[in-house]
Amino acid sequence: MTATAEPLAVAKIPREGKEESQFQIVLRRFMRHKLAVAGVVVIVVMFIGALLAPYIAPFPRDAVDIAVATRPGPPGTMSSAGEMHPLGVDHLGRDLFTRLLYGARVSLSIAFIVVVVSELFGVVLGAAAGFMGGWFDTFISRLVEFLLSIPTLPILLITASILIKTDAQLPLPAFVTGFVSWMLAAPPQEANKVIVLMAILILLGWTGAARLMRGMALTLRNQDFVEALRAVGASNTRIMFRHIIPNGIAPILVNASLGLAGIVIAEATLSFLGVGVQEPTPSWGNMLSTAQSYMFQHPWLPLVPGIPLCLVTIAFNFIGDGMRDALDPRLKR
Amino acid sequence: MPKLLEVKNLKTQFFTQDGVVHAVNGISYYVNAGETVAIVGESGSGKSVGVMSLIRLIPQPPGKIVDGEVMFDGQDLLKLSEDELRDIRGNRIAMIFQDPMTSLNPVLTIGRQITEALELHLNMNKDQARKRAVQLLEMVGIPGADSRLDDYPHQFSGGMRQRVMIAMGLSCDPQLLIADEPTTALDVTIQAQIVDLTRRLQDELGMAIIWITHDLGVVAGMADRVIVMYSGFIVEEGNVNDLYGKPRHPYTLGLLRSIPRLDLGRQKRLIPIDGLPPDLLEPPTHCPFAPRCSFVQDKCWQENPPLVEVTPGHKAACWVDISNVQVQVSAKEEAAS
Repeated sequence: MTATAEPLAVAKIPREGKEESQFQIVLRRFMRHKLAVAGVVVIVVMFIGALLAPYIAPFPRDAVDIAVATRPGPPGTMSSAGEMHPLGVDHLGRDLFTRLLYGARVSLSIAFIVVVVSELFGVVLGAAAGFMGGWFDTFISRLVEFLLSIPTLPILLITASILIKTDAQLPLPAFVTGFVSWMLAAPPQEANKVIVLMAILILLGWTGAARLMRGMALTLRNQDFVEALRAVGASNTRIMFRHIIPNGIAPILVNASLGLAGIVIAEATLSFLGVGVQEPTPSWGNMLSTAQSYMFQHPWLPLVPGIPLCLVTIAFNFIGDGMRDALDPRLKR
Repeated sequence: MPKLLEVKNLKTQFFTQDGVVHAVNGISYYVNAGETVAIVGESGSGKSVGVMSLIRLIPQPPGKIVDGEVMFDGQDLLKLSEDELRDIRGNRIAMIFQDPMTSLNPVLTIGRQITEALELHLNMNKDQARKRAVQLLEMVGIPGADSRLDDYPHQFSGGMRQRVMIAMGLSCDPQLLIADEPTTALDVTIQAQIVDLTRRLQDELGMAIIWITHDLGVVAGMADRVIVMYSGFIVEEGNVNDLYGKPRHPYTLGLLRSIPRLDLGRQKRLIPIDGLPPDLLEPPTHCPFAPRCSFVQDKCWQENPPLVEVTPGHKAACWVDISNVQVQVSAKEEAAS
């Protein structure tokens, strides 16, 4: 053996291969979760169906065909013009497949808008509460506890029935109404009613995210890097939005995907009870509601909106589980 | 030389449930432009709180700067508004922290964190900031700077992270760099690298440094002047040679005697300082070091000695003149102990 040691050129050691980015690691771990991937497939299919509803629906949304039936008709019923209704017709002779597609658009849009807005609300309020502490924290925490201590369904029922039955209008800029009406593929008058419903769900829905984020901010604000940031001259707002919130975003994503399932169910519940989305705007909930009166004679009727409703809820839950596993930093593989 | 920073009678206290913690009890010192001042003392002696108070980084509440003045370049930092102070933090006074493992945000890339100060203070756009960040990383000796900007903190070793922290500290060319035990969390070889790096950068950039540490060995190699703190007081202050050669406070003497030395025989025992530092909740009216001091006299129990100049540029707070005591332990003394 020669004793001459080659000086180690540290800088020249090649870095092996291309390292995986954070996103790739998370994606790889998510892909291992078979059910979550199946969930994504289900959601994507529903999404495409909902998005293309105006183009692929065989009939106009509210086309009533009295000539065919004054009672619900089974799948395969022929229209007066000789076209087939793939999933049958309801008691007014409206095509169920068409309404299912539009209903998907309404139900999913409500879920996404409500979850995005309420998580945003919750994250900002929670981060501010945890990070600033003091009276603001006390106020937000008590408010969250107050909202969580009220049983959700009664309060939803009461507020929804008051606001929706009285045709309340929210003072919103036109582009918001325009955007929602595009999302729902429904005219603005109908969109307005749905906006009221969404507002109620948002007001009651931000608490989970706020709690999560507050807890995270509480631990993060005592970390050394926050002090280091102060020493660099960063303001509180900057520390909060650029450093605290990105640190706590993983559990929020999980919370959001589980929240989607919750909102789909909540909307269906309210609509089923008649205080949610109002006819003629279709939603899976109010389709169930109308189906209920005929379900003993025509048992396929509740299944038409029921099966997709079930699938979507389960899919969102599986996606949430998958995300939880994929984003958990303690599982390093 | 002009005084860059002058601290006068700074007092910081923490109002806790158990009572008022007197962390810093009226300290005064100065730092000249381009000079290195080391502040040494054991844990809880108020050295960190003392410098954190300079740029008001202590958590308020419970902390409060009760009294004092911090003149920096003609401005009293304690009287500035939070906004005005933010312009100084990270820009003209930068800080490096003890633990590089936790002082970086784990979810952002190094690049985004280095450019933080650049965007804040120098209004650079993304491209300029990135170029400057590469330059900074090269300056602190990180190989492959350009590609490493996109790495996350966990992909760096402790020493490398401390280099990143230094790069962040230097990003706006500060006039004063406060280093709060920057080598404590690192192993010895890395410590030496960081010390060398800091000295080299000081030569290049000419900033003043306040270096907080409890390691007198590190101080010897880099400081111009040394301040020894004990229990929230400055007990001795002087240039390195005076203080190491002829310490005038028994605490300094004790610290020096408790360092292992290569030039003395292996058989020499280290002499620890007996006892514990005093409880800062009830600061004594007598000399705070009296209970642990081997030179203690009656007067020490009656009055806390003021910091007085013993020789030009060398101050000590002690009633006893210990200038004839050797730092090296004589055989006789060892036999006695």
